[in-house]
Amino acid sequence: MAEELNIMVAGAAGQGMQTIGFVLGKILVRGGCEVFAVQDNESRIRGGHNFFHIRAGRKPVMASAMPLQVLVALNQESIEKHRDEVEPRGIIVFDSDKCTVPQGDDRLLGLPLEQMAVDKGGNRLFENSVAIGAVLAIVGWEFKRLEDFLEGYFATKADTAAGNVKAARAGYQWALERATKYEALQIDFAPSEPKMFITGHEAVALGALASACQFMSAYPMSPSTSILTYLAGKADDFDMVVEQAEDEIAAVNMAIGASYGGLRSLTATSGGGFSLMTEAFGLAGVMEVPLVVVEAQRPGPATGLPTRTEQGDLLFVLHASQGEFPRAILAPGTAGQAFYATIKAFDLAEKYQIPVAILTDQFLADSYFTEPRFDLSRVSMERHLLTEEEARGAKGYKRYLVTESGISPRSIPSAFGLEVAADGHEHDEYGHITEDREMRRRMVDKRFRKMKSLAREIASPRLMGHPKAELLLVGWGSIYGPLAEAVGILNRRGIPVGGAHLDELWPFPSEALSRILQGARRWAVVENNCTGQLARLIQMEIQMKPDRAILKYDGRPFTAAEIVEGFTGEMEEK
Amino acid sequence: MEIEAFENPSPIAWCPGCGNFAILGAVKQALADMGFKPHEVILVSGIGQAAKLPHYLKCNFFNGLHGRALPAATAIRIANTELPVIVIGGDGDTYGEGGNHFLHGIRRNANLTLITHNNQVFGLTRGQASPTAEKGFVTRVQTHGVFLTPMNPLAVALALEAPFVARGFTGRARHLTDLIKEAVAFEGFSLVDVLQPCVSFDHVHTFQWYKERVYDLEEAGHDPGHIDGAIQKAREWGERIPLGIFYSNPEKPTYEAQSPVLSGGPLVDRHPDPKRVEKLIDSFF
Repeated sequence: MAEELNIMVAGAAGQGMQTIGFVLGKILVRGGCEVFAVQDNESRIRGGHNFFHIRAGRKPVMASAMPLQVLVALNQESIEKHRDEVEPRGIIVFDSDKCTVPQGDDRLLGLPLEQMAVDKGGNRLFENSVAIGAVLAIVGWEFKRLEDFLEGYFATKADTAAGNVKAARAGYQWALERATKYEALQIDFAPSEPKMFITGHEAVALGALASACQFMSAYPMSPSTSILTYLAGKADDFDMVVEQAEDEIAAVNMAIGASYGGLRSLTATSGGGFSLMTEAFGLAGVMEVPLVVVEAQRPGPATGLPTRTEQGDLLFVLHASQGEFPRAILAPGTAGQAFYATIKAFDLAEKYQIPVAILTDQFLADSYFTEPRFDLSRVSMERHLLTEEEARGAKGYKRYLVTESGISPRSIPSAFGLEVAADGHEHDEYGHITEDREMRRRMVDKRFRKMKSLAREIASPRLMGHPKAELLLVGWGSIYGPLAEAVGILNRRGIPVGGAHLDELWPFPSEALSRILQGARRWAVVENNCTGQLARLIQMEIQMKPDRAILKYDGRPFTAAEIVEGFTGEMEEK
Repeated sequence: MEIEAFENPSPIAWCPGCGNFAILGAVKQALADMGFKPHEVILVSGIGQAAKLPHYLKCNFFNGLHGRALPAATAIRIANTELPVIVIGGDGDTYGEGGNHFLHGIRRNANLTLITHNNQVFGLTRGQASPTAEKGFVTRVQTHGVFLTPMNPLAVALALEAPFVARGFTGRARHLTDLIKEAVAFEGFSLVDVLQPCVSFDHVHTFQWYKERVYDLEEAGHDPGHIDGAIQKAREWGERIPLGIFYSNPEKPTYEAQSPVLSGGPLVDRHPDPKRVEKLIDSFF
């Protein structure tokens, strides 16, 4: 029995890796496994080389790992590219009609995927189910698990369900008869507390709906589009309008307009699109209109690597737009964190009347996480708006009233018979244009007074690993999973290492991080970028310099092993 | 409603004699005539001399970025389909920086009124040619005189089948007020392009120059029900310049009418229950 399995489904874009991977992942989660799955795609619709990598274990998994135990190769190229990643006792499932394989490799299990789909299921398209069936036999689970899933999945299409079940059964039987020696590739089926199987961006979208977000505008851009697509599919049932804007400039200005109009609103984009949004990001800042922007990072500059991953935009988003204004930046590391971060983003945006950026990236966006049920009791629906009583008491409503907290009473147009101003110029308390030097200073001070209480809302870095570790790894955002696992591996090797993960980055948690870093003898940042942006931010805010930076910027996410290697290679012997 | 209800004591930063004053007066008069209270209308603008207009009357207003009034206005309208939304901009703001949004605003056909102060000049930045500037106009930037073909905003709007396309002139205040009233009452995207001489930077297209050329389409017997005829009139410029409603098609369905969600009443009055997300969460198990 295996404690953990790495399964990869590889092929050309359009061959259905996503479907096979998703179905396998879902069945494994239902069977009590923890599953993490990452997608690796080239920027093309059909062809090229893509893969879906599932890691399933009895213990929590939040990063990819090698070697592979099972490779499902849907074309010749996949065999050649990934054969060396399959461990000696592993298995390579492939379409025997389409691939030629080297002699003497006893890991190979060829079956005529497409032919079996046609013969047994009656449709060439069911070849995915043949492959899934074969893998299920290899991991040693009953066919019923798959049958139940397929029947539920195609509940509204009985013929499709039946065809897929037949195709899957054929693949299952085939593998069962030939793959008897693979006991090491079997994993316990032990249902536990039901868990969600969900991607980072699905979690963001759920967080937005849970926050009663009623407007989203966006211009499609990888890897942010999945949020737009998910919400567009649910909008009608959630009193929501989802509008595809003509460009990112329109998208963000629409989101700000909807927010002024009284709705919780969202826009999502990637770095290039956010470049276009920067002016309006500042508009929300000076207008004090709540705004939530998801900035799904991908490697830049310009078009960069459109379907790949990087944490390259932290300092960009921190400094985005001309002038100075308060903002908040959240950077969740898992699907669960992404859900709660989105809820927090909507709350902070309204409470402080500021723009809030949620930094995700392709790795977080498209990866599947195993998560306990999301808890809706953590949703704050406090709108922080002027009440009717306050409106009655107000003599001449001042939208930008100078207050002690820096937060002015916000109302929405026409409510309680008041006129509501929103202005991108510097303005007086009524919202009218002013160039008065005293008023300018008072308004800047007013806006920045919010930072004090806003800073208290920011969570301390999340600590992991050895509590008194003198060696510390510090990361942010999507690095969470690989970082947590790397810390675990090092501790198990007897190296007492701790980890600190920042998922709330601005206002910067200076005090908490200073305390943590002062307790460490040596510390390193781990970042999916080339210049160590968190390291630079830490130097800027608390004047502490890391001993090392473990950086990766090839467009691919970190594995835990790579962090361990980077750490032991550069720090251990020092 | 009396026009005084819309008065606002803010000092006005326009040049003396500017046509913007006439447009401000017409907007206030139109809103008063239509019986709106100041808190019942929303004015949206970008940047430029014209875009300052919302500051000079009492109303809800959103004064955002240069060229970006239309996307903001569309979403403001989506948030609350009960409040009329009027977008005010200059020709640089609306047709230059905001050109893309002008095209797509028309395509969306939300129920908005766009009033463009068209004087062929960038006023706030001191006299460069705008997209509507005529050939030969010499400025400190267009030193050889404008040699680009001027944009014809009415013809562009008609090419996109904007359902209400009109032109006013600041020298005919009553006529302009009536056009604005018709445009605001119109269900759908309505454009009122207003000819407005720039007293500071354009010494050719003066008040007198326009006055000698403009004529009323309605008096001339123009039928606003036909788009081809409207396009023909929109292309008329020079010795004779038509004013009034070029095209009106009340049958064209609006964004709001076609959105299944918006037909259920103003979004801002609805309060989605987060608990409804439970069933979506279920689908991830």
